[in-house]
Amino acid sequence: MSIAEGTTAPSILSANRISKSFGEIPVLFSVDFDIRPGEVHAIIGENGAGKSTLIKILSGIEQPTSGTIVYDGKTVTLPPNGEAEAMGIVLIHQELNLAEHLTVADSIFLGREIKKWGFLDLNEMRRRSAEILDSLHVRVDPDARISTLSVADKQMVEIAKAISRDARVLIMDEPTAVLSVGETETLFEQIRRLTARGVAVIFISHKLDEIMALAQCVTVLRDGQLIATVGTENLTPDSIAQMMVGRELSNLYPPKHEPDVDAPIVLSVRGLVAPGVKDVSFDLRRGEILGFAGLIGSGRTAVAEAIVGLTNKSAGDVSLNGQPTAFTDVAKSVDAGLAYMTKDRKGRGLLLNVGLQPNLTLLTLKKHLKNGFLDGNSEQQALERATRRFDIRARDASVRVGQLSGGNQQKLMLGKTMETEPDIIIMDEPTRGIDVGTKQQIYHIVAALAAEGKSIIVISSEMQEVIGLAHRVLVMRNGRLAGQLEGAEIVEAEIMRYAAGIKQDGDNDNRISA
Amino acid sequence: MTTVSAPEAAKPSRGFRLDLKTAGPLIALILLVILGYSLNPLFLGEGNVTNILTRSAFIGIIAVGATFVITAGGIDLSVGSMAAFIAGVMIIIMNWAVDAMGASLATVLFGIGCSLILGVGAGFINGFLTTKAKIEAFIVTLGTMGIYRSLVTYFADGGTLSLAGDARDIYRPVYYDSFLRIPYPVWVFIFVAIIGWILMNRTAFGRYCMAIGSNEHVARYSAIKVDRVKTWTYILQGLCVSLATIIYVPRLGSASAATGVLWELEAIAAVIIGGTMLKGGFGRVGGTIIGALILTAIGNILNLTEIISNYLNGAVQGVIIVAAVYLQRGSFRAGRKKAAE
Ligand SMILES: Nc1ncnc2c1ncn2[C@@H]1O[C@H](COP(=O)(O)OP(=O)(O)OP(=O)(O)O)[C@@H](O)[C@H]1O
Ligand SMILES: [Mg+2]
Repeated sequence: MSIAEGTTAPSILSANRISKSFGEIPVLFSVDFDIRPGEVHAIIGENGAGKSTLIKILSGIEQPTSGTIVYDGKTVTLPPNGEAEAMGIVLIHQELNLAEHLTVADSIFLGREIKKWGFLDLNEMRRRSAEILDSLHVRVDPDARISTLSVADKQMVEIAKAISRDARVLIMDEPTAVLSVGETETLFEQIRRLTARGVAVIFISHKLDEIMALAQCVTVLRDGQLIATVGTENLTPDSIAQMMVGRELSNLYPPKHEPDVDAPIVLSVRGLVAPGVKDVSFDLRRGEILGFAGLIGSGRTAVAEAIVGLTNKSAGDVSLNGQPTAFTDVAKSVDAGLAYMTKDRKGRGLLLNVGLQPNLTLLTLKKHLKNGFLDGNSEQQALERATRRFDIRARDASVRVGQLSGGNQQKLMLGKTMETEPDIIIMDEPTRGIDVGTKQQIYHIVAALAAEGKSIIVISSEMQEVIGLAHRVLVMRNGRLAGQLEGAEIVEAEIMRYAAGIKQDGDNDNRISA
Repeated sequence: MTTVSAPEAAKPSRGFRLDLKTAGPLIALILLVILGYSLNPLFLGEGNVTNILTRSAFIGIIAVGATFVITAGGIDLSVGSMAAFIAGVMIIIMNWAVDAMGASLATVLFGIGCSLILGVGAGFINGFLTTKAKIEAFIVTLGTMGIYRSLVTYFADGGTLSLAGDARDIYRPVYYDSFLRIPYPVWVFIFVAIIGWILMNRTAFGRYCMAIGSNEHVARYSAIKVDRVKTWTYILQGLCVSLATIIYVPRLGSASAATGVLWELEAIAAVIIGGTMLKGGFGRVGGTIIGALILTAIGNILNLTEIISNYLNGAVQGVIIVAAVYLQRGSFRAGRKKAAE
């Protein structure tokens, strides 16, 4: 539906002069927002700008401090706890919200189970789940437990659940943060199908190209203020970014400084076999940024976890600075100067129910001991340093990490990892859920670390990131290295070809281990 | 949006909230003391206060250990029967030693040493089974609970194991004598409480327990040796049980199948009343001490007054436990709401 038609249609959901404060801290200031049936309306803004808060208010999860919500022409107070679903407003949260022990089918129909004579009709639910998942091209068994799924599959299950809900307004908070290109494409197809049926879609993403591709309309928030609501046809990714951060954003990626050809090899992996990894060999040089590209589930995380000792390798050798090593747990790899930053910040990376300080120092508590006892001052200083270095923004120092905006959680996790002062850093999806301004900061930090002589492996599903950052890119597919790209070869089309299995380096394996 | 580096601004609200939480059990205890005194002024007589403190030492010492187990996300149901078992074995060993070489201080010390070893060993078994055999703590300790209880019954042949008279005379002072007018059991309690508090709040071990209890995955990814830390919490618990037993045995000089019955529940109740979360991740040793005092004070007040039958002790304790936890959750929410206004 075009904007011209849209303006004549009445809006289905609108927010008027919405303000919201948590405690004394205001988070939203008199924000207006509205959406018409059949429209995709994107909300963008820096981390902590208040996007998630706004859509929580639009779906009743949070109540506004002041302002009104109009749904279907009537001023309403939306019921809390997701009950607005019954009214047709369905929200997919930024963080996954699935019960780990339920099956996929259970999760999709949670709260509106199909019944026959008062009993659950398991077969019907299974069949319908399979149908929905199929339409999303997701290959998971409706009987699989959620806990066994990858993060991406979990996200797809959330989407399937939302799509099955007969929504009139579908709100998605960074649904693509954990998805790869292919999955994102299918999601977009489904969104277009829904909008054609008149469903209104509110979409939050930090990926500006996605917004250009999908949305008709963009609302920009900065520090809780409404900056503008504009049609996407007049915009370029650059101009959106500029509105978001309030300054010109040049050089998202820092210039690349290739490491010396004779730089020593700091990490060497030969014939690694581990759960999800079938025979992987590669080298990492000092000062090098090595990208790991590939589809989600191609085994990149599995390689990292096997190297640092989170999973047990069944064959292969890992050597650090020429010394053969076998890390049996994370503590050993950290001590050896090798740190891994997980991509699952909520489930593996951070303790959500405690504050920033215990999270930051958890990995390196030994550094904060004085005569065997914890030294609170030294921990406090570490937090102040990390806050400055990584620009972590929290309401105040005592908030629980679960209350931070997603991007700030990510920055805290980066801070936690860097506390170990590693020589080799493996970053798994380092900018997931991070705004462009902060991304730029992180890219420059990564480049600076490499220039200092640290070696960095960046695992990323964001192709642009790998291309913009890495000196060399390894592409994985089905637990194996499918290919290696260097210098000018590092382009999107080549990476895709290897990742999808259209091209393979099989015949010159030695190049990979060069 | 402000950057975090202004912790001064954050402090007042945080201090206030923490105070509410810490103060909850303390306020309850103070109210209970006032109530006890108004019902019967004897309640605050020196003899009675010493009595309450001594009685609460058993549960209190065990509960300090339980605080660590629960904070790290575990549970130990076996402590009551473990105490009976250790008491029984200790008495058998000491009687045997008296037969072999006569009663002396050495006999008693030997018995105490064996008790410590048994406690550590029993704790290690619980820890090993939960971490290495990957059986839920609830199941493991339910199992060991049954095993220890039945072993004691078997050793005592269904009756009572009594410590030989001369050994008992030497051992007696450990329960009945005082130093600086404070009975020895209370000294042990104070000592365990201080060590426990430091361990929980000032060492990496305490922090690790908290991390494991809130999210084991995060702990593992943060280079914490999860199995080792968890096993240590059970060993610590075993050690606390054996300390409690060491001061308990001289009281009656005997052990039977009825020794330590329901101690596990009282210990857990003390921990929870004190503000530690049963699901793990948040532990307060100070609160546990207060919890143990509250439980003992209730029984004591019922003893001193005629209003409610002493037989209803358990019922009153039950009400207090539920009410205490309800109030904590309530103040938790109120604290958050206050911050949200
Ligand atoms: N329940 C809460 N209690 C206290 N503060 C909160 C709460 N929820 C959000 N905030 C604060 O409100 C601000 C806005 O957060 P919000 O999650 O809306 O940001 P966002 O724009 O979605 O950011 P991101 O891109 O990182 O997801 C943040 O500073 C956050 O710390
Ligand atoms: Mg958000």
